[in-house]
Amino acid sequence: MTGPGWNLIADLQQMWALPFMVNAYRAGTILAILAALVGFLMVTRRQAFAGHTLSAVGFPGAAGATWLGVSAGYGYFAFCLAAALVIATVPSSAHRGFSDESALVGTVQAFALACGYLFVVLYKGVLGGTTALLFGSFLGVTTGQVTALAVLAVLLLVALGVIGRPLLFASLDPEAARASGVPVRALDVAFLVVLAATAAGVVQITGALMVFTLLVLPAAAARELTCRPGRALMLSVALALLITWVALAVAFYSPYPIGFWLSSLAFAVFLAARGTRAGRDRTGTRATTA
Amino acid sequence: MTAPWTGLGHMLSHPFMQHAFLAGTAIAAAAGLIGFFLVLRGQVFTADALSHVAFTGALAALAFGLDPRLGLFALTVAVGIGMGLIGPGGRADDAVIGAVFAWILGLGVLFLSLFTSQRSAGNGNGAVAVLFGSILGLSGPRAWLATGIALAVIGVLLLIARPLLLSSLDERVARAAGVPAPLLSLGFLGLTGATAAEASQVVGALLILGLIAAPAAAASRLTTRPFRAMTLSSSLAVASVWIGLTASYALPNTPPSFAILAVATVIFAASSAVQRPLGRRADQTSPGPKGSPRRA
Repeated sequence: MTGPGWNLIADLQQMWALPFMVNAYRAGTILAILAALVGFLMVTRRQAFAGHTLSAVGFPGAAGATWLGVSAGYGYFAFCLAAALVIATVPSSAHRGFSDESALVGTVQAFALACGYLFVVLYKGVLGGTTALLFGSFLGVTTGQVTALAVLAVLLLVALGVIGRPLLFASLDPEAARASGVPVRALDVAFLVVLAATAAGVVQITGALMVFTLLVLPAAAARELTCRPGRALMLSVALALLITWVALAVAFYSPYPIGFWLSSLAFAVFLAARGTRAGRDRTGTRATTA
Repeated sequence: MTAPWTGLGHMLSHPFMQHAFLAGTAIAAAAGLIGFFLVLRGQVFTADALSHVAFTGALAALAFGLDPRLGLFALTVAVGIGMGLIGPGGRADDAVIGAVFAWILGLGVLFLSLFTSQRSAGNGNGAVAVLFGSILGLSGPRAWLATGIALAVIGVLLLIARPLLLSSLDERVARAAGVPAPLLSLGFLGLTGATAAEASQVVGALLILGLIAAPAAAASRLTTRPFRAMTLSSSLAVASVWIGLTASYALPNTPPSFAILAVATVIFAASSAVQRPLGRRADQTSPGPKGSPRRA
């Protein structure tokens, strides 16, 4: 493989001549759209901690399934959904990142990961795969996985489309939503299940780190740039796509792992967005005081 | 009837078990105490992020061939204080913590790949020890150092306990009373970083959260008095380590970090079951230990 030249089109042709890079781009595109939409709601609801936990508990699921000799896919979904339901037992009034919820989420995460370690020890042999389970690779994606991911993404996006409006209302102002008859509690549970299914479906392809990065950073950056929900939603999808595409290309031409490039790039975008807002705020206040 | 006692005697006659009990007790006591404040302040996510910083720091040190504990300790304390500086009033926004967190993890992956490519002899075990702890592998001096640091954390925390409690419960009142709240929360995050760095030796970077969150959450469900809850949280964490270490010694194929976490989780689950009938009554009289800004 030769390094990248200055001819961008030739570089892209060289990269996409390899089937695994084509699959990586397909999976990355689906992942970016899904994670940005779910992540925007997650950040709005201040459930980043739950999001990290749900993306981390896929690992014990996979390790347990490997130990039992079952397909790892079942393990991912079983653990993620179970963790989501346990987290959902905390009533919605506490659902704003306050003490009790965060303590429960933390306990669930630590216990699930400890179980994962136990399964690894019991299985005695998956140790080499532990870091791959946790941090993913992205480069071994098969066409079948891309199809499965696409089906899951369509299902989840349809589900989000159905509950989207009341969910956004309930996320932005739970009291007003409850007062106007929106089933806030049911929506809380439904959202956690969607988040868990997203994590379970995507983690098995990309690892926990990339899911968490794409859930949090594009949405956090978009939220810095605009406060209108609709526009922020679009912006976070656009940023997620851009970050994923560029990170894949950079990782292809560099010896360092994709997880590092993806999160660094996304963090740079986030910092730029924050800087833009800080600059805008300063000029805004100057305009009002002048 | 004597068999269990002789078994305990056997267990404690191993030097590695003595070191594990020594360091484990001190670190658990510190983690339980820190955990009480973290749960009270709703900052468990920050502790989660810091425990992963410990992971990245240790891997960075391994990648550059330094003593892993040095990198881990320095980076964790620094990021802890840095997180306090980002957020308003020393409490960073959920999204900001998540953003920093994701990037730190990405850096950890970079160091992991540097480390594993340097030692291509398949030495993934260093990373696994960082992630899941190696309490049974502590040497005497390391155990004493860990104990000393944990005791220092406990000492400082007890010194600032009263003003920290006040500023955690009601920052405005604390400021009015002349408590330097922002400085306190910075110092508190620094202490959290130190605890996370130390605890990662006992249960590993991925599992610190269990030792920090579970005993504290259990304590806060069992009592509403702050100083009693602090003591209880610390004691429950120590009990988890003791029972967990004994269980992993007695049962085959049980890694100590799993056993410790399992005990902590069982304690948490039991406290939720006990608290439920009491809690309903308490809910009507008070809105909870922390005055959550619930706009009813």
